[in-house]
Amino acid sequence: MSLAEPAALPVAASAPPRLHIAKRFTTRFKASLPAYLLLLPSLIFLALFTYGAMGRVIIDALYQRATPKAPLRFVGLDNIAAVLADPAFTGAVINNVIYAVGTAVPSIGLALLFALALARTNAVTSALRAALFLPVLIPMVAASALFLFIFLPNVGLLDYYIGRLLPVLPNWLGDPDIALYAIMIITIWKNAGYYMLFFLAGLQSVPEDVMEAAHLDGAGPFMRLRYIILPELKPTFLFVIVIATLNAVTQVDHVFVLTQGGPSNATNLVLFYIYQQAVEHFDVGKASAATMLTLAALMALTALSFRTMANREGGP
Amino acid sequence: MKLIERLYKDAPLATRNEITPKLGFLLTVLLALVWLIPFLWMGVATLRPSSDGINLMAELIPSLKPTLDNIRDAWEIGDFPRYFLNTTIICTGILLVQFVTITLAGFAFARLDFAGKTPIFYLFLMQLMLVPVLLIVPNLSLVVQLGLYDTLAGVMMPFFASAFGTFLMRQAFEAIPTELEDAALIDGASLIQRIRHIYVPLSLPSFSAFAIISVTSHWNDFLWPLMVINSPDKRPLTVGLSVFTKTAEGTQDWGTIAAGTLMVIAPLLITFLIFQKRFISSFVTSGIK
Repeated sequence: MSLAEPAALPVAASAPPRLHIAKRFTTRFKASLPAYLLLLPSLIFLALFTYGAMGRVIIDALYQRATPKAPLRFVGLDNIAAVLADPAFTGAVINNVIYAVGTAVPSIGLALLFALALARTNAVTSALRAALFLPVLIPMVAASALFLFIFLPNVGLLDYYIGRLLPVLPNWLGDPDIALYAIMIITIWKNAGYYMLFFLAGLQSVPEDVMEAAHLDGAGPFMRLRYIILPELKPTFLFVIVIATLNAVTQVDHVFVLTQGGPSNATNLVLFYIYQQAVEHFDVGKASAATMLTLAALMALTALSFRTMANREGGP
Repeated sequence: MKLIERLYKDAPLATRNEITPKLGFLLTVLLALVWLIPFLWMGVATLRPSSDGINLMAELIPSLKPTLDNIRDAWEIGDFPRYFLNTTIICTGILLVQFVTITLAGFAFARLDFAGKTPIFYLFLMQLMLVPVLLIVPNLSLVVQLGLYDTLAGVMMPFFASAFGTFLMRQAFEAIPTELEDAALIDGASLIQRIRHIYVPLSLPSFSAFAIISVTSHWNDFLWPLMVINSPDKRPLTVGLSVFTKTAEGTQDWGTIAAGTLMVIAPLLITFLIFQKRFISSFVTSGIK
C-alpha cells in the first residue's frame, strides 16, 4: 500500500472525452484506495449493524406474519397504524415522556448544584465528586438489585427509615400510581453525577475576574448565577439535555429487573415495549414499526439540538 | 458551621462572607451522603449474619458479628467466576477489535485526502445519532442469520466499529506534527509502519481514555446480551446478576443479594478509586459522543 504511485496516463490525448473523464475518475479512485482500505473494517461493521439495521427496520416494518410460522406478507403502513392504535404503545410513550422530563429536570438541576458547590478542586471536593460519581459506574442491573431492597414494602430501607413517618406505608414498586416515580429515583441517583462532570467542565470557562468584578459591583450569588454563569453554561445545558433525553429512552434495565413494565403497564417504557413485541410476542413487524417511530423522534430531536448548538458556535 | 467553614475554605465561585454558596455546599455534602446510602447498605448487609433476621436487614449500623457467609453463599449459588470470565472476554474482545478499526479509520480521516471524504465522514457521524440500543431487533435477527446467536462473538460484534472512537483518534492523530511522519517516510516506512511506530505510541492517552469508556459501558451492558445469550454458562455478569437476584428474591435472602451485587460492581469501583482522575477526564471526553 504505497501512497506515491504515479498513475500512468498512456493514450489520454487521443481518447474520446467520455473515456477521459472515466480515466480521471479511476486515477482519483486509485489515489484514494489506501484511505478506503483503512476505512473498510469500520465500514463493514457500521454497514451491518447500523445502516443495514436501519434499513432492515424500515423493511421489517412493512411486513407482517399472520402467525409466527406463517410466510411474510407485505402490509404497507399497517404495522405503524397498529402500533399507533395500541394503547400499550401510546401508554409507553406517555410514560416515557413523564419519565424523561421527571428524570432530566431533577438530575440536571442537582448536577448544576453539585458542580457549583464542587467547582474548586481540593481534597474535600474530590472526595465528594467521587461519592456522587460512583452510581454512574455501576450497571443499572446492580443499581436495581440495591433499590429492590430499598423499595421493599415494610422491611425495606425506605420504609424502615422514612416510611414509619408516613400514615400509610406505600408499596413503592407495586402501586401503579407510584411505581414509575420510584424507578425515576434510581435514574436520578444514577445520572446526576454524570451530568455534574459536564457542568464542572463548563464552569472552567467562566472567567474569574468577571466574577470578581461582579462581586465588587455588589452582585449577589443569584445575580452572578443568572447573568454570568448560566449564559456561559448554555451550550452545556443543551448538550446535557440531549444526553438526558437519549438516556431516558435507552436506559431501561431497571424496568426489566424491577417491574417488567408493570404494575398494569405503569412503568412500561418505549424500549421495553419494543422488546416485548419482538421477544415475547414474536411480532417483528410491530417491534420494527415502534423502533422506526422512536428513532425518527430521537433523530429529529438530536438534529434540532445539534443545529442549535452549531449556530451558537462550538459546543462544550 | 465551623466545620463547613473549614471544608469550604476555597470558596468556589464565591467569597467568604456570603451565606447562599455555603448553604449550597452544605446541601451538596448532605446529598453526597444520601448518594452513598445504597453502597453503605450493600456493605453492611453483605457482612450481616442471617441470624439477625429480616427485621434488621435495613439497619445501616453494621452488625457486631460480621460474617463472610453471604459472600460464600453468593459465590456458590451464582456461577460468578464464569460470569466474570464471560464479561472479561466480551470487554477485551470488543476493545481489541475497536483499537484496530478506530486507529485505521481515525488515521484515514486525520491524514489522508480521498474522494468522498466529507460524505463518508457524515456517514460515521450518523452512527452517533442512531442510538445502537434501539436497533436491537434488526441486529438480533442479523446475529441469528450469521449463526452467532447464543455466542459471545454475537454479543461483541455490533460494537466492533465505533464512530466515537474514530473521532477521538482522528483528533489525537491530527495533533501529531507531520514532520515526524515525513522523517519516517524518507526512511522508507510504509503506511502501516508509520501508523504503528509514530501515531499509535504518541496517542496512548487517547487510547486509554477510549478504553475506559468502552470497557465501562460494555461491562455494564444488559439488554443486548440478554437477547443474544441463551445458555446459562455464557451469561455475562449483568445477566447473571439479574437471574441471581430473581432467585434469591424468592427466598428473601437479602444478604446474599447484597453480596452478589458487591461482587459484580467491585472490580469497576476499585479501578475507579485507583484511577479516579483518569476516569473522570475520560468521561468528560466521552461527552463528544
